[in-house]
Amino acid sequence: MSTQIPKQTEESTETEAETQPASKGEERRAEKRRRAAERREQRQEEEAEKAAADESTVELKVFRYDPQVEGKQEPRFDTFHVPFTKGMTVLDALMYARDTYDSSLTFRHSCRQAVCGSDAMFVNGGQKLACKTQISDLEEPVRVEPLPHAEVTKDLVVDMEHFYEQMEAVEPYFQTDEYPDGELEEQRQDRANREKIKMSTRCIWCGACMSSCNIAAGDNEYLGPAAINKAYRFAMDEREGEEMKQKRLEIIEQEHGVWRCQTQFSCTEVCPKDIPLTEHIQELKREAVKNNLKFW
Amino acid sequence: MSQSYNRGLIEDFARWREFEAGMWAWIFHKFTGWVLIGYLFTHIAVLSTGIPAAGASEAAIAAGNDVYTQTIVSLEGLLLVRLLEVGLLAVAVFHMLNGTRLLLTDLGIGLDAQDKSFYASLILTGAITVASVPTFIAGAF
Ligand code: HEM
Ligand code: SF4
Ligand code: FES
Repeated sequence: MSTQIPKQTEESTETEAETQPASKGEERRAEKRRRAAERREQRQEEEAEKAAADESTVELKVFRYDPQVEGKQEPRFDTFHVPFTKGMTVLDALMYARDTYDSSLTFRHSCRQAVCGSDAMFVNGGQKLACKTQISDLEEPVRVEPLPHAEVTKDLVVDMEHFYEQMEAVEPYFQTDEYPDGELEEQRQDRANREKIKMSTRCIWCGACMSSCNIAAGDNEYLGPAAINKAYRFAMDEREGEEMKQKRLEIIEQEHGVWRCQTQFSCTEVCPKDIPLTEHIQELKREAVKNNLKFW
Repeated sequence: MSQSYNRGLIEDFARWREFEAGMWAWIFHKFTGWVLIGYLFTHIAVLSTGIPAAGASEAAIAAGNDVYTQTIVSLEGLLLVRLLEVGLLAVAVFHMLNGTRLLLTDLGIGLDAQDKSFYASLILTGAITVASVPTFIAGAF
């Protein structure tokens, strides 16, 4: 944000001047900064009052928590009144609240178009991608919380490390030992096979499914819907070959793999990319059974 | 590793609101399954008290004076037992219908309609339970 740039230069002059005793000029600058902060606070308050009185605003209740700041260590909800504009998403509203009222409000976002997967949040009691959730579809006040079943780092930001570990545990990359004959020949996938894995390739690693899953909440070693879906994407890819598929199935059918799934369908309900997660998990269960019961 | 951050009651309430059909189906299936197990053992325990009836005279059995018949008759005379029987039927019917739904789910059949099949199980359970009331309650008053 442009308003922060002058402040940063001010700070750097401050560090340069640090070795000298406080000069008159510095005192003046400090006073100026203090006044500017006061003015900013006052402006924010006025904006907030105006918005609260306005009819066409949305009321947001946002979870706030910061273990490093005194006074924010006790989790609480802050209320923001944001002017509603047509097509406004939860992410737009949060950004408005951050830019206008409280620049310390923290959340992840990047693409703003349901591609990067950074802004999965708990909105009105459901895991949603904030940038893909229309305010007009929600009941007010809109309550925004960080994803459940993950450690909160700050405000709406949770620690995703465990989720990424589970994703990596299934080796989420193409591996094969079956190559086409000609040295320069392409490794083609037929249309039917591409169609089969199409939905499973759409995952954006947002973690919404994992957060919604009751089993994952109770069993930290459970691979979780997203990782199993990743495994499905490669296990079902015919180009990987038979031997690789055996290796994939071994990962999938381990103790904390597919068999933990109790078909609650929560993951399928929340996935912003509409991946039929339960369907894929169920299909892998059947693959695993077929693989182990060799009557035919 | 990922330990959940306790957001207290707020999180608990939020999670209830979040539950959708499949989740309720799972909870009800657990519950009904364990109620049926509980009933099975109670059933065995109560009927065992009637075992001495095996040694009763034929005349006593014909007249309905043996322990077994007496136990059943006195139990069935209680309104509470009649109501519990209606409840047991409801629990068993839901468990069977939803159990069938889960078996189909395991075969990959009807996954797109999983919520509808759950609601159908609920409605059918309700209908069958209501229809059974006259039979169970008859003569209890
Ligand atoms: C037609 C009759 C029945 C059907 C179709 C049926 C079906 C099922 C299925 C499919 C499950 C597994 C649920 C899952 O995948 O998570 C299950 C679980 C269970 N059933 Fe049944 N069941 C029937 C009768 C019974 C009876 C008579 C009892 C008790 C005596 C019973 C007790 C249980 C219990 C305790 C569980 C485990 C619940 C849990 O997940 O903790 N069921 N049933
Ligand atoms: S499967 Fe869906 S909900 Fe889960 S991480 Fe991928 S995109 Fe997100
Ligand atoms: S900001 Fe990229 S998915 Fe929402």
